[in-house]
Amino acid sequence: MSANLLSIADLGAEGIEELLRLTDSFVEVSERPIPKVPALRGRTVASLFYEESTRTRLSFEAAAKRLSADTMSFSVATASVAKGESLRDTVVTIEAMGVDAVVVRHASAGVPWQVARWVGASVVNAGDGCHEHPTQGLLDCYTLRQRLGSLRDRRIAIVGDVRHSRVARSDVLAYTALGAHVTLVAPPTLLPPSLEGWPVEVSHDLDGVLRKVDAVEVLRLQHERQIEALVPSLREYTATYGLTRDRARLLADDAVIMHPGPMNRGVEIAAEVADQSRSVVTRQVANGVAVRMAVLFLLLGSGSIR
Amino acid sequence: MAERERRTTPYGGSFVPRSRVMDADGVRRAITRIAHEVIERNAGLDDVVVIGLQTGGVPLARTLVEAFARIEGVEVPLGTLDVAFYRDDIGLRPVMPEAVTDIPAELSGRTVVLVDDVLFTGRTIRAALNAVCDYGRPRAVQLAVMVDRGHREVPIRPDFVGKNLPTRRDEAVDVHAGGVDLGDLVRRREER
Repeated sequence: MSANLLSIADLGAEGIEELLRLTDSFVEVSERPIPKVPALRGRTVASLFYEESTRTRLSFEAAAKRLSADTMSFSVATASVAKGESLRDTVVTIEAMGVDAVVVRHASAGVPWQVARWVGASVVNAGDGCHEHPTQGLLDCYTLRQRLGSLRDRRIAIVGDVRHSRVARSDVLAYTALGAHVTLVAPPTLLPPSLEGWPVEVSHDLDGVLRKVDAVEVLRLQHERQIEALVPSLREYTATYGLTRDRARLLADDAVIMHPGPMNRGVEIAAEVADQSRSVVTRQVANGVAVRMAVLFLLLGSGSIR
Repeated sequence: MAERERRTTPYGGSFVPRSRVMDADGVRRAITRIAHEVIERNAGLDDVVVIGLQTGGVPLARTLVEAFARIEGVEVPLGTLDVAFYRDDIGLRPVMPEAVTDIPAELSGRTVVLVDDVLFTGRTIRAALNAVCDYGRPRAVQLAVMVDRGHREVPIRPDFVGKNLPTRRDEAVDVHAGGVDLGDLVRRREER
């Protein structure tokens, strides 16, 4: 892999496997009395978030700190962007302070690629528009593997607002790279305009799909991306595509329920379903820190890249 | 020249053995002796925990624990430790963990016996000492190695040694199931 993590597609099956193996070691680190190793002492990780985020930003920050890296955080509300500075000037300024990695989130697809062209530091894509969120794809794979073992020939459904979901795009790439079969379940208005070249099946019959899958990932309905015009009403969406209590009964007893968070309880997933023992929502968050430690260590510490 | 055996090493390149300095029986006897020395030094095995360093120290640590069971009839807790995240050459060369660390017992107040195959610069042991301290505060840490080949770069010495083996800096030592070999490390780009 390159010195950046921009897309799951750059990793390939081998790169994903390597990161998941490395994640095992960091899960062990996270369970220690002192969950911190000196691996990245003296390195600096800057997070550059042009979009609101709590869990991803904190998760990257925790990962960097547990590797003993120094962290700098930049959020739009308090920053020079508000004074009219361009993205490029901001990025170059931050690099001039001496950073080894930049974690970028932006509302526009492709921004991490742009940033990678401007800086010598490693760039990690923490979500670009409706495009990709590679570390979420990796942590979802890791979490599924903990429950299911190998993903080869497993059937996984991704349900909901696929159109606006960078999680769905990274998940599809990661799951299929590891040999799983993915079915997207969504109303036509919440599917991307074209699915050509996507290695997935599409269904509008959630009940039928749930009976056959090993895992279901429920996506968040993204109010902030103006979906009101795309669904008749939230209540109708829940009735047709929500993982309600009754619908969850169609799942196998050992099926895995996932949600990338933050959840709209009662909309895409019933509160009670999110708290079932089949649900790994909290596990996903815990694994997220270990996966991001693996990514930062591989990019900055392992020396297997430069 | 006859084709010589090559073994791959974790960090690239391969090990080419030149002479056998200890056979399998020799290694087994050395571990039995070290087991007796550990028991004598600690007046028994109360509170002793054995930790093998990945990867070469792990099979030796297992054999040592088996020897304890034979001699004293007690089961000593056995852990494995990968020091990759504590190394001082991170960023200077490829550093990746070989396996997940597994410390099955509380280390605080216990006597930890670290086991490795070859003691060379001492840097791995320096890293291991830091790692162990992240799991607790042992009462004492002791070091057992199969081969001490000299050339220390930090002030670290072993407590129990299988064999003192004078070497040149550019030589390599390989401890494996069949014994101990002295030979050369051939870097990948020099390989033909």
